Amino acid sequence: MNEEWSRLTPAQKLEARFSEWSSAPGVQFATPEAERAYHERTQMFRDATQLKKPVRVPIALNVGIFPYAYAGVTVQDVMYDYEKLGLAFKKFNQDFTTDSLSTCIFGAPGKVFDILDYKLYRWPGHGVSPTSSYQCVEDEYMRADEYDQFIADPSNYFLRVYLPRIFGALQPWSMLPPLTDILELPFVGASLIPVGLPPVQEAFRKYLEAGQAALEWIQAAGAIDGWSTANLGLPPLWAGISKAPFDTLGDTLRGTRAIMLDKFRQPAKLLAALDRILPLAIEMGVRWATNQHGVFAFIPLHKGADGFMSDEDFRTFYWPTLKGLILGLVNEGVVPWLFVEGGYNQRLDVIADRDIPAGTTVWIFDRTDMKEVKKRFTGWACFGGNVPASLLQAGTPEDVRNYVRRLIDDVAGDGGFILANGAVLDHARPENVRAMIDASREYGVYR
Amino acid sequence: MVDRLVTAIAEMREEEALAITRELLGAGTPPTQILDDCRAAMEIVGQRFEQGKYFIPELILAGEMLKAISDLVKPHIKQEAEVKKLGKVVLGTVRGDIHDIGKNIVGFMLDANGFEVYDLGIDVPPEAFVEKVREVQPQVVALSGFLTLSYDSMKETVEALKAAGLRDRVKIMVGGGTVDEKVCTYAGADAFGADAMAAVTLARQWTR
Repeated sequence: MNEEWSRLTPAQKLEARFSEWSSAPGVQFATPEAERAYHERTQMFRDATQLKKPVRVPIALNVGIFPYAYAGVTVQDVMYDYEKLGLAFKKFNQDFTTDSLSTCIFGAPGKVFDILDYKLYRWPGHGVSPTSSYQCVEDEYMRADEYDQFIADPSNYFLRVYLPRIFGALQPWSMLPPLTDILELPFVGASLIPVGLPPVQEAFRKYLEAGQAALEWIQAAGAIDGWSTANLGLPPLWAGISKAPFDTLGDTLRGTRAIMLDKFRQPAKLLAALDRILPLAIEMGVRWATNQHGVFAFIPLHKGADGFMSDEDFRTFYWPTLKGLILGLVNEGVVPWLFVEGGYNQRLDVIADRDIPAGTTVWIFDRTDMKEVKKRFTGWACFGGNVPASLLQAGTPEDVRNYVRRLIDDVAGDGGFILANGAVLDHARPENVRAMIDASREYGVYR
Repeated sequence: MVDRLVTAIAEMREEEALAITRELLGAGTPPTQILDDCRAAMEIVGQRFEQGKYFIPELILAGEMLKAISDLVKPHIKQEAEVKKLGKVVLGTVRGDIHDIGKNIVGFMLDANGFEVYDLGIDVPPEAFVEKVREVQPQVVALSGFLTLSYDSMKETVEALKAAGLRDRVKIMVGGGTVDEKVCTYAGADAFGADAMAAVTLARQWTR
C-alpha cells in the first residue's frame, strides 16, 4: 500500500474497496444485463453491510460439494479434472443464480496434495470416498512443549518443524537451518550446506512441482469463476480469508483436545501464542482482500461456539484475539465476513461489542436464535443466516419456503440482513436449495 | 481425606488430583475406594456440565485425569472387581465420516456413568454396527456424525438394523455436528442428543 493509502481513514478505505469491487476490475461482461446485475448485486451487499435496506434481501450460499453431485460428477473428479470442475460450477451458478458468485476455488487441487504427500487431511481417493468432502485428521501436529519455539518465530517453526510434519515430501526441510542464520559473508556458505543434501534437494523439487500444479489449477479455476462473473453478473464475495487465532492454533496445530488441555495446563503460553498469531492473521486477511480487489474477508469460526468453553474462557481465550482480528481488518477497510458455525447463543452479548464500528462487519449464523441476534445487532452490524443444513437435506421445499418466509418476517425488516445457509450445503436436496432462493426473491423485497 | 480427591477432580485441579492419588496409594488406601471417588467426582462434573457451568474442556480434562489415575491405581488391583454395569451401548461415527472428538467424549461420559461402551471407531459401515449389535446385544446404539453426509449413513445404519431384525431390540440415538431432531426423524432413530450428558440421560432412560 502506498503512502496515500495510509493517510486514508478506515471509512475512506472501506469506501475505496467498495468502489473498486463494484467497478469489477478486469471483467469483460458478456452482456449489458450481466454488467447491470453485477452492479445491482454489489450494491445490495454494500447496503446490507452498511445497515441500509437494499432493494431486496441479498442471498449468499456457502455451497461446499453440492455442485458436484448436482452436475453428476464426483468430488474426486473435480479435484483432478478442471473441465469437470468448470462444468459443475458453471452449471450451479447458472441453475441456482443467487446474488454472489459461488466460487470453485474450494474444490481444491488434488495433484498438489498428492505431490506433497499431505498428511493433515483425507480427501476423495485418499482415505474417504470419491463423493465425500475432504476431512481433517486431527492430531497434535504442534506438540505441547513447542510453544516457546512457535512464539519465538512462527515462520521458522512452520518451515522447519510444522510443514515437514504435515507434508511427507517436505520432511527433509527439518534439516534446514533458520533463514535468519544468513547474516554476513562467512555465514552464507555454511547456511546453504543442508540445501545441497540429496533429500533436501528432492524436497525442493517436489515443492517446485507442487507450485507448478497449483498454478495450472488456479489458471483453470480463475477462468471458471471469471466466466460466471462475466456471463451471469455474479460478484465474487470473499476476497480475503483469515481465521480467529484460537482456531488457527486449535484446528490444525494443536488440535481440539490438546488446545482444551493447554487452557488448563499452560494458559500463559497459549495466550502468548494467540497474541503472536494475531498480526499474521490480520496481514493475511488484508493482503488477500487487496490482491483480489474485494471487500470481504471470510472468517469461519469453529472452537468458540456454545459448549466449546465457558463464557469466561471465551472472554479470556477466544474473543480478545478474534476482536483484534476484526478491528485490524476494519481498520484497513476490509469487512470481516464471519461464518459463525454451530450455536452462538451464549456469546451474543460478548460479540456485539460496540468497540467495533457500526456497519463494518457481517455475521452469518447457523444454530443461533436469530431474533436474539436482531435485538443486539440492529443498528450495529449486518447479520444473516441461518437456513439449517438438516432442513435443506431432510426437509421438503414447503418446509424451506416457510422457514425462509418466517425468518425474513422476523428479522429482515430493518435491512442489514443477508439470507444464507447456516452450514455448508454439501448434501442438500436441489429442490430445497431452489425453494430457498425462490422464497428469498418472493418475500425479501423491501418496499 | 478421600473428599480431597473428589474435590480436586471436580475442581479441575489435575496435578493435585494425581498427587493425592499417589499419597492415598502410598498409605495403603484400597484402589476400589479411589475409583469410587473418581465416580463421585464424575457425578459432580456431569451435573455441572448439565447446569452449564462446565463445557467440553472440562470433560476432556476430566477424561485425562481419570485415565492417569486409573493408570496409577491399576498395579495395585489384585483382581478386577465385578462392577455392575447399567447397560451396553454400541457407539460409532457412521460411514464416510472420520470425525471422532464428539463421539469420544460421548463414549467417555457413558463409560464414566456406568455403561459398557463398545466403541467401533470412525467411518463405521452399517454392517459393522449390525454385527456388533448381534454379538453383544446392547440396549442402546449411538450414532455420531459431523458432516451432512452422515444423515444418510445414519439412515442406512438404522435400515440395516431393521433388515437384520434387530431394530426392535435396541434404542438408537443420534448426535454431532448439524444433527438435530429433523435428522433423527429422517434417519428413523429414536432420539437426538445435543451433547454428551444428553446421551447419558437418554441411555439411562432406555436402560431403566
